[in-house]
Amino acid sequence: MNTPLRKVGVAMLVMVTLLLVNATYVQFVKADDYRSDGRNTRVLLDEYSRERGKIVSEAAGQVLAGVKPTDDRFSFRRTYANGPMYAPVTGYYSIRYGAGGLEREMDEFLNGSDPRLFVRRLSDMITGRDPRGGNVRLTVRPSVQQAAYRAMTERGFTGSVVALDPKTGEILAMVSTPSYDPNRLASHNSDKQQQAWEQFTNAPQNPMLNRAIKETYPPGSTFKIVTTAAALENGANADTRVTSQANITLPGTTADLENFAGQPCPGNTLKDALAYSCNTAFAELAGQLGAEKLRETAANFGIGMTDLFVPMRVVPSELGDLASQAELYQSGIGQRDVRLTPMQDALLSATVANDGVAMKPRLIDSLLAPDLSTIEDFSPEELTGEPALSAANADVLTDMMIASEANTSGGGKDPALRIASKTGTAEHGVDPKATPPHAWYTAFAPHDDPKVAVAVIVESGGDRGLAATGGTVAAEIGRATIAAALGGG
Amino acid sequence: MSQPGSASRAAQYATNPPRELPKRSGTELALLAFAAFIVTSAFVLVQANQEQELSWAVVWYGLAYLAIFAVAHLAVRRWAPYADPLILPCVALLNGLGLVMIYRIDLAEAERAISLSQEVSSEAPRQVLFTVVALALFLGVLAVVKDHRTLTRYAYTFGLVGIVALALPALLPRSLSEVNGAKVWLKLPGFSIQPGEFAKILLMIFFASFLVAKRDLFMAAGKRVLGVELPRARDLGPILIAAVACLGILVFEKDLGTALLFFGIVLVMLYVATERIIWVVVGLTMFLGGALIAYQLFTHVQQRVANWIDPLATYNEPGGGYQIAQGLFGLGTGGMFGTGLGSGRPDTVPEANTDFITAAIGEELGFVGLSAVLMLYLLLAMRGMRGALAVRDTFGKLLGGGLSFAIIMQVFVIVGGVTKLIPMTGITTPFLSYGGSSLLANYILVALLLRISDAARRPQASAKPRQPVQQAPLAEAHTVMVQRPPQQQTGGPGDQAAGGGRYP
Repeated sequence: MNTPLRKVGVAMLVMVTLLLVNATYVQFVKADDYRSDGRNTRVLLDEYSRERGKIVSEAAGQVLAGVKPTDDRFSFRRTYANGPMYAPVTGYYSIRYGAGGLEREMDEFLNGSDPRLFVRRLSDMITGRDPRGGNVRLTVRPSVQQAAYRAMTERGFTGSVVALDPKTGEILAMVSTPSYDPNRLASHNSDKQQQAWEQFTNAPQNPMLNRAIKETYPPGSTFKIVTTAAALENGANADTRVTSQANITLPGTTADLENFAGQPCPGNTLKDALAYSCNTAFAELAGQLGAEKLRETAANFGIGMTDLFVPMRVVPSELGDLASQAELYQSGIGQRDVRLTPMQDALLSATVANDGVAMKPRLIDSLLAPDLSTIEDFSPEELTGEPALSAANADVLTDMMIASEANTSGGGKDPALRIASKTGTAEHGVDPKATPPHAWYTAFAPHDDPKVAVAVIVESGGDRGLAATGGTVAAEIGRATIAAALGGG
Repeated sequence: MSQPGSASRAAQYATNPPRELPKRSGTELALLAFAAFIVTSAFVLVQANQEQELSWAVVWYGLAYLAIFAVAHLAVRRWAPYADPLILPCVALLNGLGLVMIYRIDLAEAERAISLSQEVSSEAPRQVLFTVVALALFLGVLAVVKDHRTLTRYAYTFGLVGIVALALPALLPRSLSEVNGAKVWLKLPGFSIQPGEFAKILLMIFFASFLVAKRDLFMAAGKRVLGVELPRARDLGPILIAAVACLGILVFEKDLGTALLFFGIVLVMLYVATERIIWVVVGLTMFLGGALIAYQLFTHVQQRVANWIDPLATYNEPGGGYQIAQGLFGLGTGGMFGTGLGSGRPDTVPEANTDFITAAIGEELGFVGLSAVLMLYLLLAMRGMRGALAVRDTFGKLLGGGLSFAIIMQVFVIVGGVTKLIPMTGITTPFLSYGGSSLLANYILVALLLRISDAARRPQASAKPRQPVQQAPLAEAHTVMVQRPPQQQTGGPGDQAAGGGRYP
């Protein structure tokens, strides 16, 4: 009977071998598929219960997004200091709804699974410590962000403020109002999360929209910076004669295009036209330049870029078709189909401030390991590689913008700031004359050694309704932001 | 020994040297201590990873474990001193790992229950209790069954009781026999048992005894077809009865796993008893036919097959692949080395502490841990098989072989199901799964294996002392004569060294 017993023994060996081979298949060959399957909650739960890295502000190192230990099964809860103020910068991190904004873009790094953290994680494994995520240090300066956010919310404005360092592209402030509190989405109570999410997503003002980079608006007269730059690059100078008519007829149509309040332009040079924001002059200029040249200069400012990441994607700004002279006329003053993000509008000033070279805007200063040692530093990069205008022309345009600032009303004026600016009052809507316009202000300062460039948009006239202009509504906010940037050093 | 060289050569030629075999119970004790060390370390790891601080529960569980197996060891020393020293430590380690995993899943479920503000129920203390009861039963079997051959006297009784136990849940009303759709329980006031687990062993004893008694019948040749000797039609009776019984389990109790297990065991025992592979061929043919019919007739069989082919595709269906998929996710997440004890999320898989406990082990201990567990089973079964090979009586051989195979068959069915090698059929994992019946039955199984292995190595006191067959070359004959005296001291305690470590 021993022979069959031995054979049964062999059969047992074969059965266990089969199990082992199959286990190898499941745990090696298919392991990655199973691990990364969306229905496998383990990885997700692990990620949530890992100590997520912090998001800290520039130099001063304020913690904008941190973690708090909890005694539930996720171990840590995401906390946001000044949640609504920094929400456009940090984004949100919700167990139920995933991550948004920077939290999402930098998720791998923050949750510790980024390969750049690997050596450290290995050492964590050996020392038996729970692996922690890396920290992200931002370029945002709390004083600037705070000043901009306060100025916007004090009067309940809907809109956005972007402040850049024109020489490096560092984003000093990025505000979008009304905002939302990401702390509520980070709650570990599923019902509270859901309640907050529904409230935010159903609100008509759309508080979770980051207007600075995810929304485009007609730029109005702030776009005249681009038209002027194109003209200067194509042979014009500050004294070039332009029309000073109060209104002109759009070529090929019977429609009129008129200056603000229907007034003739106080001067007839290019400099006067920008200083007084004369629509007729820029409409004609754009018509003379033609679509191609206007588009070329606009592209060098970054308009039309589809792959701009800060690291969140910035939706592309655009010029529209520019198919006819009439369209060109209207586009020359930033109407028609021209649409810019507030980020792009800030880039207009920043480009002029930086001798005509646009710098790539970025939100991240450096990546830090859990122990705060630097893993990666980011250095300034040019945005398009082509200057939008020469350094000499940039100086000419700066002079014009200084003159424009001198003609701009609004509060917060302080000669010590030495601002060069351009306002905009952009018509929009189905019935533009009856819809309160968007109030724009884009500026940089100090004009002789630029340290900050801003763009402000207050949607639909802010608190002034139809009477709103860039100067009366937006300028004060821009100046407050600049003052904070220069004061804070 | 003045002439060690020639003495050892003489021993080499003596086929049955009269001597006492080493009992090696020291080895068993050392291995048990090692198992206790591993299990306690595992407990400490779970505690460290789950609660960040060590609680006294570790000491409690550790001591309980040590005490239980110290008693078991003493009992084996007393009643089965020649038993294989590896069997009990293997069982102890598997049982201990099972306890650790059940305790670990308790912690996870308690955490979840607290977060949902539900009642917390712990299963580890109950499993410890089951282990104690199971070991008491184990001792009882070792103490009562002094010689496994006595079991043959009650073979038909066992067979009858086994059949009744197996059929009982099917005959009883649902309220008394059904838990989670499987009608395999016997609900008694205060506790429930799965009679099928015990029936497995009773029926194996019966079958071994029956086959040994009627062995000649099955070995008689029938017609030859294409050079293969077919069994006679009337000899097909037992295997047909077994097949019908298994189909009955399948139909009335919806218990695929047990049916598969039973049929496999019957086939193997028939094959071992008759040494004719044709029985396996016939059995497999019947199995395939039965499987095809079952697939056509029963939707739950079709569902199991669909879940096996692609559990991710049937993930969202009711009764679909959710559980298997979650088990696979766990195994995949565990990968090579696992997440570490207490650091994974094995509680995500439904039934993680019973059917899917190997998925939990694969997740937290990784492929390495799962392989180690499988190797433990293989070691256990192989040692049992060794006992069966060495034992002198055919009943012992057949029963030992069957019991050993039953362990591997059960592991194959359940682990194969969990790892998607074969369709999932819910049966328990021996010694690991939470559940009293399974643990009790498997400890009885191990007691019988130990009894057989003890018999295999025990010196035959009753047998007449045989003269060693003189096979040594003539030239060395006188040295053998000098070495004779030990044979008069058979059974004496002082001459273990003379045995030279050989046994039949």
